[in-house]
Amino acid sequence: MTIHSLMPAGQVGRSLPRLEARAKVTGRADYVHNLRLPGMLIAKVARATVAHGRIVSIDTSAARALKGVFAVYTGEDIRKHIPQPYYGPAFHDQPILALDKVRHVGEPVAVCLAEDAHIAERAAQLIEVEYEEMPAVFDEVEAMDSKAVVHDVLKPAGTFPDLKHLHGKKDTNIALDFHLKRGDVEGAFASAAHVFEHEFHTQQVMHTPLEPMVSAAEPTREGLTIHTASQSPSFVRIEISRLLGWPENKVQVKVPHLGGGFGAKLYIKLEALVAALALMTKRPVKWSLTMEEQFYTISKHATTFRIKSAVDADGKVTGRSCAVYWNGGAYADIGPRVTQKSGFTAPGPYDIDNVAIESYALYTNRPPAGALRGFGIPQLVWAYESHTDLIARGLNIDPVEFRRKNILREGRPQATGTAMKDAAIDLVLEKIAERMNWSAPFDRGTGTVLRGRGVGVGFKASISPTTSVAFVNIYADGSCALYMSTVDMGQGSDTAMAQIVAEVLNVQTENVRVIHPDTDVTPYDMATLGSRSTFHMGNAVKLAAEDAKQKLEAMARSVGVPENANIETREIFKKKYGMQAGNVMGVGSFIPTYKSPDSVTGMSDNITPFWMVGGTGVEIEVDTETGHVKLTKLINVADMGRPLNPNIVETQLSGAAIMQLGFTMFENMEYDAGQVTNASFADYKIPGIHDIPPDIENHIVLAEQGGGPFGAKGVGESATFGVSPAIANAIHDAVGVRLTDLPLTAESVLRGIRLKAGNPIGE
Amino acid sequence: MSEHAKSISFELNGSKTEMLVETHENLVELLIRMNLNGARESCGQGLCGCCTVIVDGSAVSGCLYPAAFVDGKTVTTVEHLDNNVHLSPVQEAFIEEGAFQCGFCTSGFILMTHQLLEEKPKPTDEEIRDYLAGNLCRCAAYPEIIKAVKSAANKMARA
Ligand code: FES
Ligand code: FES
Repeated sequence: MTIHSLMPAGQVGRSLPRLEARAKVTGRADYVHNLRLPGMLIAKVARATVAHGRIVSIDTSAARALKGVFAVYTGEDIRKHIPQPYYGPAFHDQPILALDKVRHVGEPVAVCLAEDAHIAERAAQLIEVEYEEMPAVFDEVEAMDSKAVVHDVLKPAGTFPDLKHLHGKKDTNIALDFHLKRGDVEGAFASAAHVFEHEFHTQQVMHTPLEPMVSAAEPTREGLTIHTASQSPSFVRIEISRLLGWPENKVQVKVPHLGGGFGAKLYIKLEALVAALALMTKRPVKWSLTMEEQFYTISKHATTFRIKSAVDADGKVTGRSCAVYWNGGAYADIGPRVTQKSGFTAPGPYDIDNVAIESYALYTNRPPAGALRGFGIPQLVWAYESHTDLIARGLNIDPVEFRRKNILREGRPQATGTAMKDAAIDLVLEKIAERMNWSAPFDRGTGTVLRGRGVGVGFKASISPTTSVAFVNIYADGSCALYMSTVDMGQGSDTAMAQIVAEVLNVQTENVRVIHPDTDVTPYDMATLGSRSTFHMGNAVKLAAEDAKQKLEAMARSVGVPENANIETREIFKKKYGMQAGNVMGVGSFIPTYKSPDSVTGMSDNITPFWMVGGTGVEIEVDTETGHVKLTKLINVADMGRPLNPNIVETQLSGAAIMQLGFTMFENMEYDAGQVTNASFADYKIPGIHDIPPDIENHIVLAEQGGGPFGAKGVGESATFGVSPAIANAIHDAVGVRLTDLPLTAESVLRGIRLKAGNPIGE
Repeated sequence: MSEHAKSISFELNGSKTEMLVETHENLVELLIRMNLNGARESCGQGLCGCCTVIVDGSAVSGCLYPAAFVDGKTVTTVEHLDNNVHLSPVQEAFIEEGAFQCGFCTSGFILMTHQLLEEKPKPTDEEIRDYLAGNLCRCAAYPEIIKAVKSAANKMARA
């Protein structure tokens, strides 16, 4: 099934271009990046130069003396206005500006304000900080029991019940430990015909949205208005009100389009500092990061994953134990959620009776890690699908056949005990096999260019507990608008949600006005993350549109319009109000059912509102003289229910896969004593147009998501899941070399080839 | 403005313009002051193409181009392509092929595509890739961008 053949007739399923397409091709789309406010001050921060150290003194005198500098502040100045200036979604651990000590290189220590950005920047360079350096820890496994402790005491936010027990804990870097135990794992290993055990690593990478993170705040008569490139306006409002001790209604958060997000712009990032500064200076303040500064702000977790499987004589996996260590960096951000939410899928999409999982969120002295397109899932799939391939090869079973034997099918319980529902894992695998012509003979290349192929399949639970609210307003002339706090960061949510409204109200999608997030106007939404919007907000939008429709029908009845009469909406309003006046306001609110995992066993019979499934098949060529890997074919397959907008869905699949290709082949934050040594596009390469394989296919399997709006569910991350292991498996297939660390550089491939040939390359 | 500010005159999107510019100001900063937001600074190092501006007929990285250097020159930005009325064939093709997601890189790709098609009205895939290799798109709309360039070439050939 190609994506387009699924297209039904109505507004839902139409491949119309993005509603804001014209604004984007003419350079006129709104981003916070463009925002200028009258009287605005520009903020630039001075950042920590050591990975872990007590602040002995901060000398701001030279910065203050610079002509044109409006003010210079340190953490202590902030503390005078905000007594508890610590923020974060899972832990209240991150100071607005460093207090007492710094925990990673690049942590903001002081801020300079000026009308001219160049002056603010020069002033920031004049700030002198003296540190008493402390031992630092950078590796996630070492952090488990290192002497270096990043936080003296743990401060869970209280929002998540499963973090409460960590409150006040001392002398530990473990910000969350999640455990799951199902069946008899020891027994399975004791009676296994074969046991396989491997360790895999992923590297730290950065989202690098091309619109670097940016926020501005302005004092208003009522309180504060924050303009921010954020994926979570509702959370920003809640967190800023908490910091200031204000009611939510004094904080307004507005978000236009985002120049990319990918998880970097989630929860709360620059907003706390600009809010504090606007209040302290009584002036609008804008803070824009440079590309380099983004690397010190948020990243994707580096991980270590130890995985061990028991397999019986027939090639059935009977037991699996997983230990995953997540390098969360100096501040928890949403890392503990990643640890749990992704952790419980660590055994992979396989039907395994006996499972044990340990998943640890660790503080280290690196820049913080949070969510990045997949919320931890790509790190897990990397390990379990590499491991799966190694087992198949070890048993001399075809890798696709081995997966067929073990795959988690509809109705069977996943590790948590939740029965799989509307998760077409088997169909995704079969589609990849079909498109790769898997059963046909494969050209393995000759001479110094050898060919290989590989697959990888992964799955992900959706976020819960979670709430979305939407309003649909019908005006007296019959036109309508959708009010929601979902953020369009390029994924096309404005358009897809307008399609839902249009379908319900039987109007053209192009005529639905989408009101961008403005917390004074648009209702609550948890956040735009984890591919949740299509399902959760999509349902809220559908309910809101249906509510509006019912209210309009009731209004028609109340003015004596007969059932099914062919009457224009504006005529109904006119009959009701005697002129073009009034509104019909539909409200939709969606909260899926959910049961959080048991605190001891990790089990739950309702762990997720829906499952996302994605898989990848690749063909590659390896140059055995250089180790260079060339991707010749990339097949992306996902189960994402029914597509609301097939064209947009297709670009989400290929975009996600290509992004993951960068994380697989070359992206890597490199360090020297906690300092990122390649924090710029000059040294940190992201995929460019030359990295695109000549042959890319995107497919979705024919499936329908029960409970999804018009059978749809999210798709923004699914195509990331299988990319890394598919390529590593293909490298193994081509040259017999197994790589267990990302990225899969030419150097590591060549080292493997030479080692295997008994001719290793020296360090 | 400081005492070092310099007065320059140049042609911007078809109109004669005079501005005071600071010596340290780059072209993107100048354009922002004139409410033109299509060229945007992202990497700030000449490596991503988001800040592309056409100066005297050639594409430059506005983030590295001193504003004072446009004195006496002709400057064209993405905002000029449609004159607020008709989209250019390249802009139409980018919309039809869905050649962007967040749109932050789009101005640069569109200006570079115009320049490419002026030089090579019928570019091959390889020529397209080579020409656009200096523009980055983190949303990775590259497959659709290649399609859009080809479709724009066809539109322009027909016109
Ligand atoms: S901002 Fe000028 S090239 Fe990237
Ligand atoms: S469309 Fe987002 S960076 Fe290109």
